[in-house]
Amino acid sequence: MRHAQLALSVNGEAVETSVAPYKTLLEVLREDLGLTGTKHGCELGECGACAVLIDGEPQLSCLVLALECEAREIETVEGMARGAQLHPLQAAFADLGAAQCGYCTPGILLTAKALLAREPRPTPSRIKEAISGNLCRCTGYQQIVEAIEEGARRMDDERRR
Amino acid sequence: MNVVGKPRRRVDGRAKVTGQTRFADDFALPRMVHLKLLRSPHAHALIESLDVARAQAHPGVHLVLTGKDFPVTFGILPVTQDEYALAPEHVRYVGDPVAGVVARDEQTATEALDLIEVRYRPLEPIATPEEALAKPEPRIHAYGERGNIHRLQAFQFGDADAAIAASDHVFEDIFFYEGNTHLPIEQHACVAALDADGKLTLWSSTQVPHYVHRALARVLRMPASQIRVIATPNGGGFGGKTDICNHELVAAKAALVLGRPVKICLNREEVFYMHRGRHPVLMKFRTGVTKDGKLTGMHLQTLVDGGAYGSYGVASTFYTGALQTVTYELPRYQFEAARVFTNKPPCGPKRGHGTPQPRYGQEIQLDKIAERLDKDPAELRLAMLAKPNSLTANWLRIGSIGLEQCIKTVVERSDWKNRYRKLPQGRGLGLACGAYLCGAGLPIYWNKMPQSGVQLLLDRSGQVTLFCGATEIGQGSDDVLAAIVSEVLGIDPYEVRCVTGDTGMTPVDLGSYSSRVTLMAGNAAIQAAQKLKSMLAEAAAEDLEVAPERISFANGRVSFESHSLTFAEAVVLAEAKFGTLGAVGSYSPPRAPGKYKGAGVGPSPAYSYTACVVEAQVDPRTGWITIPKIWIAHDIGRTINPVLARGQVEGSVYMGLSEALMEEQVFRRLPPKLSRALVHKMPSLLEYKSITSLEMPEMDTVLIEDPDPNGPFGAKEVGQGPLLPVPPAVANAIYDAVGVRIDEIPITPDKVMRALEKKAKGEAPRVGPERFPDVPYPQPLIVPPAWEGGDGSEVKRHDAAAVV
Amino acid sequence: MMRLPWFDYRAPRTLSEAARILAGEGPNAALIAGGTDLLPNMKRRQSAPKVLVSLRRIPELKRNGAVLGAGITLTEIVRKPELPRGLRQAAAQVATVHLRNMGTIGGNLCLDTRCNYYNQNYEWRKAIDFCLKKDGDICWVATASKRCVAMSSTDCAPALLALGARVTLVSANGERELPLEELYNNDGIDYLHRRPDEILTEVHCANAPSTYWKLRRRGAFDFPVLGVAAALIDGSARLALGAVASRPFLVAKANDFLRGKQLTDDVIDEAGRIAASRAKPMDNADLDLYWRKEVTAAFVAYALRELRGDDLRETRSRIARYEPA
Repeated sequence: MRHAQLALSVNGEAVETSVAPYKTLLEVLREDLGLTGTKHGCELGECGACAVLIDGEPQLSCLVLALECEAREIETVEGMARGAQLHPLQAAFADLGAAQCGYCTPGILLTAKALLAREPRPTPSRIKEAISGNLCRCTGYQQIVEAIEEGARRMDDERRR
Repeated sequence: MNVVGKPRRRVDGRAKVTGQTRFADDFALPRMVHLKLLRSPHAHALIESLDVARAQAHPGVHLVLTGKDFPVTFGILPVTQDEYALAPEHVRYVGDPVAGVVARDEQTATEALDLIEVRYRPLEPIATPEEALAKPEPRIHAYGERGNIHRLQAFQFGDADAAIAASDHVFEDIFFYEGNTHLPIEQHACVAALDADGKLTLWSSTQVPHYVHRALARVLRMPASQIRVIATPNGGGFGGKTDICNHELVAAKAALVLGRPVKICLNREEVFYMHRGRHPVLMKFRTGVTKDGKLTGMHLQTLVDGGAYGSYGVASTFYTGALQTVTYELPRYQFEAARVFTNKPPCGPKRGHGTPQPRYGQEIQLDKIAERLDKDPAELRLAMLAKPNSLTANWLRIGSIGLEQCIKTVVERSDWKNRYRKLPQGRGLGLACGAYLCGAGLPIYWNKMPQSGVQLLLDRSGQVTLFCGATEIGQGSDDVLAAIVSEVLGIDPYEVRCVTGDTGMTPVDLGSYSSRVTLMAGNAAIQAAQKLKSMLAEAAAEDLEVAPERISFANGRVSFESHSLTFAEAVVLAEAKFGTLGAVGSYSPPRAPGKYKGAGVGPSPAYSYTACVVEAQVDPRTGWITIPKIWIAHDIGRTINPVLARGQVEGSVYMGLSEALMEEQVFRRLPPKLSRALVHKMPSLLEYKSITSLEMPEMDTVLIEDPDPNGPFGAKEVGQGPLLPVPPAVANAIYDAVGVRIDEIPITPDKVMRALEKKAKGEAPRVGPERFPDVPYPQPLIVPPAWEGGDGSEVKRHDAAAVV
Repeated sequence: MMRLPWFDYRAPRTLSEAARILAGEGPNAALIAGGTDLLPNMKRRQSAPKVLVSLRRIPELKRNGAVLGAGITLTEIVRKPELPRGLRQAAAQVATVHLRNMGTIGGNLCLDTRCNYYNQNYEWRKAIDFCLKKDGDICWVATASKRCVAMSSTDCAPALLALGARVTLVSANGERELPLEELYNNDGIDYLHRRPDEILTEVHCANAPSTYWKLRRRGAFDFPVLGVAAALIDGSARLALGAVASRPFLVAKANDFLRGKQLTDDVIDEAGRIAASRAKPMDNADLDLYWRKEVTAAFVAYALRELRGDDLRETRSRIARYEPA
């Protein structure tokens, strides 16, 4: 029962740390790497607040052992912006009221990013389906859906440019 | 106006989408240690002994605290100081904290909890209000009216019973609104630490740093000036973070003892125990109506399940009847209420605080009245609307009312006239209205000071810094304040730096509750900004050689006709003329007209109004409910930022719909022969059901602007009121769809099915409470309405006849 | 924050290595694939295995051809149109998008049984003095019951049962293949006929017209409180039920009745009546249990009508809240 050496790739950067085997990816991100943008609301897979991208797919960091993340690409909300420039989804969320308290926001942003990577122009009902594993208590979801549609439009515009 | 009313990215928007907003659990300080609380496994018990020796000896444990370390009680209301940070001898619900362990990490602290040996003497738990009324013993608290009755209230604003008896129609209905909880996605967390000067700082996810500040001083028995409470942005509040929390007090004490930072973050189960959520309320409405559909009188009785402690309960109980008068003309009103103690986590204020429950009953009863009188429910309401600038029977002063326009808007947009009572079987529309406060007229503790203060600092760079005790809980209070100040000073709102919710830095604002921030802190901000504006105008006027009143402020410039200065240039001139530039503003609500004992709950500087139409689809074979669309119109007075205002309305619709269809904070009693256990049925995000994006209907949201003279630029609240009409509108829509009445919340498919089966058998097609128990309400306080010669005071019983 | 207890972590690279570790560690060890069922249980201290044997690095379990490796994720199943529709509909309605990206078909088939008295934190279970399934000696759902009545909550199992699927189990002593039906035992504690040293490695399932209907409160997150699967095998419809007992099961009486029959409205009604009589929901899950039993016939009718070719998209979108697969 000893700590284990862990080599991860987080937001494109290689990081090494030593962790207790019981630590989930969520705990390592927040407590060992200081990446507190990833949130938690239950730690049991019941809210979606801790969602991050692992190899491009949204997964719940509270139910992934950090030890199982070696050689996988992890992306957190801290990795979304390009330099000082917000990712189009982030900008749309900020502009359109998709983030009220902002607590469920990182998980939803990453979930939406993965959706748009597969389906660049999803319908509102596809968006609702994609974010149905992320509980939000503030917005009623409507402005989130609209922000994802707007983010998709802005990403489209960027691609055309 | 340049800023107010324009859709805009909120000032803290960037922080929220980059994960940079620092919530309480995001803090990590050097040498930080971790606190966990040991909680009672018994619903009701006395502590016979408590041995912490083994826990203290556990490797990695720094400190164990127990009830002995906290001799002083606390409570959010001065009249109910009935809680201990850690229970010294009497535990009153499963989850009541009895000890705290501080260790090097959370894992070690958790391990040590199991090493604390507590011997309990279990007492019989009181599970329901009916039990609380029937069983005076064992008493949950030694105080209160008697037995397990915490509080009784009774008022008579005119002889309602006589008016009802003389009415053409009398309606008597019993309703039940189940309790539910706030469920913020952020679990409560705090970090306590001593600063370099040895003073105590507490960062906490609280909506009320000022009250926490006061409670810390009381419980820790140290001067408040040595304590600083910083409200971190809340990851959702909804009222759930408006009370003093045990863990805040224990963490603070531990930091003082250890001299190092102490952190705690509740787990989800503990958040359910913290609760302070919606009270379960049983209600009986007796209402008299004339044959042409005017209310003659209402007699409302409520029975409120308080849970194990007082919390905001006395106020919540008043609110189960205070606002029945502000929507429709009601000449006489009698209101009786009782709050009882039960062995469950304490209830308190949740979005709408005490008012959604009676609003549910009132609006369904109006639907029944409309049907009996063969009137359209919208027309019925429109014909009885309360008048602007009027006094109600219970002495509330109403200012602006945009309810007429709200009703007309949702009626038109939902095509109500062509669709209500005309949709095919299984589909229906329902209408309901509501109203809410824009801040309570009185503070929680009696004082003559302002309820909100704002301080502005003007730097010679042109930077404006705003200091205010208001707390950002996601609702956008920082954005509202920045918008108001920038509107007055003619600058960009992103130029304003907000420092908020910090008792060490900001003037007092009582907190983010009761929808008070926009109106109260907003008015304080206007006052402060206007003081600065006149200084700037005077200095600029000198430079531009005109009279100060001809100077205008817009787009970052201070101008007279085509001559203008940049805002920063004007600041430099003003600083040279007046010295360092700063200004303060503050707000106290107008004095309420009611003077009777109990008149303190209900008054507000302004009331917001909402109307809502819900479309429901019900499967007659299974009772399965689908809500395809909701139309809502909210009288906001004036919109500060439409993006945020719409978000508040839609968030309220969401929460109201979620309560209407599924949310329940309910408890499980094991078979009494085998066990005394009384436990929360499902303290998890999985089993406490809240609706997801997939259940959310399409929403049609309209903001109605009917500026109120008491609001900043006319603005009223928007964060709570829009929740109120949603649950009754759902119930009314289900009636229109399949002809069954569900007179209780939540409305679930099994209840609809049961009602449909009753209907098929020719029984009353209704599911809901059948009886209202005998409650020993006292003789009512007699307060004649103004139109019956009253002056806002209670009259002695033997004088009452003379006045009426 | 809910945290896991200490454990030793092993990550074998081959199936035989995993089987060897399992044989050596005995009941102290637990297998972890997606982790979405095991880790919450460990955080709530429903189980605290000393050793976790990860199946993630074993390539054999990732086979994704005619035979499905047990390590295929539920998302991968949803995205594979050549798989039977009923299975894909079931997989598409498990939990949430995120959990389907993590959870595997093997994990879903071996899902722990669930009960409102059991799926609770340690502190909560202590407050009721625990229960039969873990650390206690009474079943609080049925206090006279000697048997634990925790509920089977897998969505994929009923779908695969109706399709006549078979599974392979591997241990250090060899492998065996058995009909999926024989994997399950109607006991909330010993709910699988899997020995502790065995690993479920493969699922074999032929394609056939099939459908799955799930009853739950919300369109996401929730476990089923009723699952109805139907498949057309050799010209006859077959029904399987989930979440109404401690095991998913083929409804023998209904299937006998259905054998060789055209799916007329009358036949469907009668099959629904028979199947509903076999559903034994308990008061240990969401929603009123009598209502859950009552609507079983309606859900059977949805499944059989969809199997017959009726267009049930409108009903589906009201019940599931979206179009699964």
